[in-house]
Amino acid sequence: MSNLVEVNNLYKYFSTKHGTLHAVEDVSFTLEKGQTLGVVGESGCGKSTLGRCVVRLLEPTSGSIVFQGKEVGQLYGSELKSLRREVQMIFQDPFSSLNPRMSIATIIAEPIKINKLKRGKDEIEKRVYELMDLVGLERRLANAYPHELDGGRRQRIGIARALAVEPEFIVCDEPVSALDVSIQAQILNLLEDLQDTLELSYLFITHDMSVVRHISDKLMVMYMGTVVETGSVEDVFKERLHPYTEALMAAIPIPDIDREERSKIIAGEISSPIDPPDACRFANRCKFAQDVCRASSPKLREITPGHQVACHLCEQIRQTGKE
Amino acid sequence: MSNNTQTNKSWAEHETILEIKNLHVEYSSDDKPVYAVNGIDLEIKEGQTLALVGETGAGKTSTALAILGLIQQPQGKITQGEIFYEGDDLLKLKDSEMESIRGSVISMIFQDPMTALNPVLSVGDQIAEVITLHEDIDKESAFKKAGQIMEQVGVPGERAAEYPHQFSGGMRQRIVIAIAIACEPRILLADEPTTALDVTIQAQVLDLIRDQIARLNSSMLLITHDLGVVAENANEVAIMYGGEILEKGSLADIFHDRAHPYTIGLFNSLPSFTGEKERLSPIPGHVPDPTQLASGCIFADRCARATEQCHRSKPEVKEISPGHLVKCFFPELKGDAKHE
Repeated sequence: MSNLVEVNNLYKYFSTKHGTLHAVEDVSFTLEKGQTLGVVGESGCGKSTLGRCVVRLLEPTSGSIVFQGKEVGQLYGSELKSLRREVQMIFQDPFSSLNPRMSIATIIAEPIKINKLKRGKDEIEKRVYELMDLVGLERRLANAYPHELDGGRRQRIGIARALAVEPEFIVCDEPVSALDVSIQAQILNLLEDLQDTLELSYLFITHDMSVVRHISDKLMVMYMGTVVETGSVEDVFKERLHPYTEALMAAIPIPDIDREERSKIIAGEISSPIDPPDACRFANRCKFAQDVCRASSPKLREITPGHQVACHLCEQIRQTGKE
Repeated sequence: MSNNTQTNKSWAEHETILEIKNLHVEYSSDDKPVYAVNGIDLEIKEGQTLALVGETGAGKTSTALAILGLIQQPQGKITQGEIFYEGDDLLKLKDSEMESIRGSVISMIFQDPMTALNPVLSVGDQIAEVITLHEDIDKESAFKKAGQIMEQVGVPGERAAEYPHQFSGGMRQRIVIAIAIACEPRILLADEPTTALDVTIQAQVLDLIRDQIARLNSSMLLITHDLGVVAENANEVAIMYGGEILEKGSLADIFHDRAHPYTIGLFNSLPSFTGEKERLSPIPGHVPDPTQLASGCIFADRCARATEQCHRSKPEVKEISPGHLVKCFFPELKGDAKHE
């Protein structure tokens, strides 16, 4: 199957007054039509910056993003406009991503009008209602304003707005993080249903391992701008190859009181992303770290088919794990 | 952590240290009253951790603020109820009496370490402030003591002269904890203490809180929406929804024998971390409008088991096994069709 999205060696640096901040460093991935790639990591790991580069809300420092065979960075004018239609984004905060002065119907109608997808008041209204039905918003809310609604309904508006232009690919940046669990489940189900009916592809950015496991086909774990591990969800959950992935999963409190294994603590916090040395970014928190880890930054390499890790000591750690 | 395995019985044997009776908290907004807490009963036991679990707007934070006498006046008021600590109703105390309790006997860890700290005071001064307020001690010694407390929470004492912005989020939350434990409180109210933190840092901070309350033999009211955090940190659990407590019991009662349809729905909404990947079963509908007092069960509109009776009248609290309380006409009892 051909890839819908192909990202190669993407870098995004920001200059700050203290030096160069390495937000995204050498990230590559592919995404097939109808699939979901989950990107997980903690604050500051570069997952949102990556998402924004992919939809070209940010210009990458270097690297290529190919969407449907076209190099995204080379698109201008009408071609860029059509990319903007095919690639959409759903944001984390349903409070700040909706214009408080616009009614629900106006918010959803705006992209339809801008892209001239429907003409005439009646046609547009019909489409807005269709979209509201699709995302499970009651039609009576068409003239309500965002502040009158709870977070779950607001997130449905954000989804309807993204769907209004019939995109192929949606970058979902923490779409359920601001929601309560009972509502989170509603929105996750909605996103899955929409994927099935509309054949959507998602880049799903989240810090929540249970959510990412639930929704993704493939998984990419990021730490300080770099991909430390990637593979199918089944593979990564079966065997965590990178010590950071292991630590991240072990730190999650599980709602099960019979588990013998309790959260394990890793010490330390992330180091500065400004002008980082050429070393494994995780070395200062890693219990396995040796001189080699501080001497050069490990490259992603395949350990089992489709399952890659960026760790100098992977084989050694696997060996000790088995013993 | 070993407390997790305690049975309900041993939990009941602990002395009650704080007792909330029929608490009602109301806020006024645009003339319409908002009913935040509607008649809850809670007991905090000596040396134990009670988790207060619920979603946004359930009334969890209002409950904690009511205990400390921090409900913002005049918009908010406690319209009914009593909160007993050592025989005294805290709600009847004079302001000066409450001030001597707040921050020393009962203290609070706030959710957001960004806003809980004063940006223009050094962290040492902020910890010392609580100490000078409650102890007969000069400023210099209080500052020195602040440094020692910082060491206890895992922040180097020599950083006492630094300001909040010089610390990471996790370190800031450690400072907030240092302020809360500075006077060795008997009761710690922790309002979503790790929600703003990354998961690896959350694990460190929860560990720290557990160690500190064990060291001081303090009790804790742990407010959270995260059932994973509950499983690893609490002895007893109260499930709150729409200003009411719908179910209450030991960890085992809630994690194994939950009986209220809302509690069951909450657990079913969680994506599994280890089990089979299945379609999620969310609770349908939305949280109730807090400006309307329900005449029937507060959860009836979203409940699959609800009958006409549930919409019409409020269920009484039933004790379905010792210490396990459920506010429901039709709880799902053990032996019913499996609810998972």
